[in-house]
Amino acid sequence: MIEIKKLTKNFGKKKVMNDVTVTIHPKKITSFIGPNGAGKSTLLSMVSRLLDADTGEILLDKNDVKGIKSNVFAKRVSILRQSNHLNVRLTVRELVSFGRYPYSKGSLTEEDKKFVDQAIEYMDLKEMEDKFLDELSGGQKQRAFIAMVIAQDTEYILLDEPLNNLDMKHSVQIMKILRKLVDELGKTVVIVLHDINFASVYSDRIVALKNGRLIKDGDTHEIINSDALREVYDMHIPVQEQDGCRICIYFNSH
Amino acid sequence: MRLWMLLIAAMILSCISLFVGAVDIKPTDLFNWDSDKWQIFLISRVPRLLAIILAGAGMSIAGLIMQSLSRNKFVSPTTAGTLDAAKLGIVISMLFFTNVTYMEQIIFAFSFALIGSMLFMQLLKQIKFKDAIFVPLIGIMYGNILSAMTTFLGYESNVLQNVSDFFMGRFTLIISGRYELLYVALPAIILAYLYANKFTVAGMGEDFAKNLGLSYHFVLNIGLIIVAVITTTVVLTVGVIPFLGLIVPNIVSLYLGDHLRKTIPHTIALGVVFLLCCDILSRLLIHPYEIPVNTIVAVIGSAIFLIMLFRGKAYAKS
Repeated sequence: MIEIKKLTKNFGKKKVMNDVTVTIHPKKITSFIGPNGAGKSTLLSMVSRLLDADTGEILLDKNDVKGIKSNVFAKRVSILRQSNHLNVRLTVRELVSFGRYPYSKGSLTEEDKKFVDQAIEYMDLKEMEDKFLDELSGGQKQRAFIAMVIAQDTEYILLDEPLNNLDMKHSVQIMKILRKLVDELGKTVVIVLHDINFASVYSDRIVALKNGRLIKDGDTHEIINSDALREVYDMHIPVQEQDGCRICIYFNSH
Repeated sequence: MRLWMLLIAAMILSCISLFVGAVDIKPTDLFNWDSDKWQIFLISRVPRLLAIILAGAGMSIAGLIMQSLSRNKFVSPTTAGTLDAAKLGIVISMLFFTNVTYMEQIIFAFSFALIGSMLFMQLLKQIKFKDAIFVPLIGIMYGNILSAMTTFLGYESNVLQNVSDFFMGRFTLIISGRYELLYVALPAIILAYLYANKFTVAGMGEDFAKNLGLSYHFVLNIGLIIVAVITTTVVLTVGVIPFLGLIVPNIVSLYLGDHLRKTIPHTIALGVVFLLCCDILSRLLIHPYEIPVNTIVAVIGSAIFLIMLFRGKAYAKS
């Protein structure tokens, strides 16, 4: 369980995170949603320690994350930031193998190799494992990065807008895999999403932020309704039920 | 390209290198225990070969590390101000001490090279526009400013009238007793190999590195220290050899990728092969005279670099 308590962060004079308290439940997909500049990515960066908070604390199973050694932390929490402009020529297999870096510092043991094989299998990358990353399409690349995070084998997987630049087919594919990670492997996934329909269909819990403040925090069905969404996005969003999924139809909203 | 091919090429070129020069030495002379020829062989030819191997391997590795850490394919000690900072350090050491010792020169050159490349890394952090070509252009400008200071100081104070001539890369003056500093590059190269995985992870960017639990800044500093050590030893013994650290790692990256554990042996071997070729050419073209090796390296290197620039634009930006 990750407990975020009274977190604040300023960039210069601007308050980007204002007294946010929220709990990430284990073995669930939690989506961070909210308008631009809400602080979703900032919050994710602070949870993963890429960014320090000004005040407040983040507890990982009751321990302050600040006190955890970085190589221990890397075995428990992994993060994938958006826009992976990686200009390193690695093959898919090499990249995924670096997911085992926290365990073996790059000299792979048999056990490491098993994890790498599994992750490649899981993301359906077997055929292209010896291709260089710069020879892959955007969707394939994104899958390779997620495979690396799977090989890292952390309880918590944080993803910052993993669907960016992906077409519908690949977006659905990635979300289904995340679902499997939670349901089959018992991982906890925290994900920043722009498309509230993906959040609605695939996540267990939703955290809604606006202007650095926590607006809503609850199970998906509590958040995906017109009243709650109005508070988050300041617009009227009709919600319709389709095959058991709640779909927000905001395209011609007023 | 296979590693054994490069190694065999390096061995053949090494043998040729030992028997090329103003004085004609044949393998049979050595078998007949011709003492004069043996003397030349041991005092000049062997040290020269060792110097070429160490300088070629060192400069290529220094370039590889800088490209990885700066995450830019066109950054190397010559395009990031490291070499120019080392030169400035040497001239300033001459200003400070009237009878400057070798040790003082080494310390000054090393400190300046280290601070110079750290400053460049800081500069890199500040620029928002991290274009593949734009970054090394800034590095070259930065290097030229340092170089101008060096020339001005050297000229004004009369410690060094012709700075560019003094630092011209050449193996002509390498004889036993004048190149041993280069051995210091050897542990630096070994350390680079031990740190290969860490450099690769750091090359994926700060966020990536932190996600994998790497102490990013520590690794960055180790890398810059290795680069400064190698640059200092090469500048003080051989002089400036341009392009080597730029083109050798890039050619290896093209066919083998950027996994440093894999590419370091190839980079070393190719660097040695390339510099041996250039040095043999420099001794043969106007035999029995010599062209400074940096001229040959610059001519061949700039041609290869231009080809890389035009054909490899997509590759450098990917």
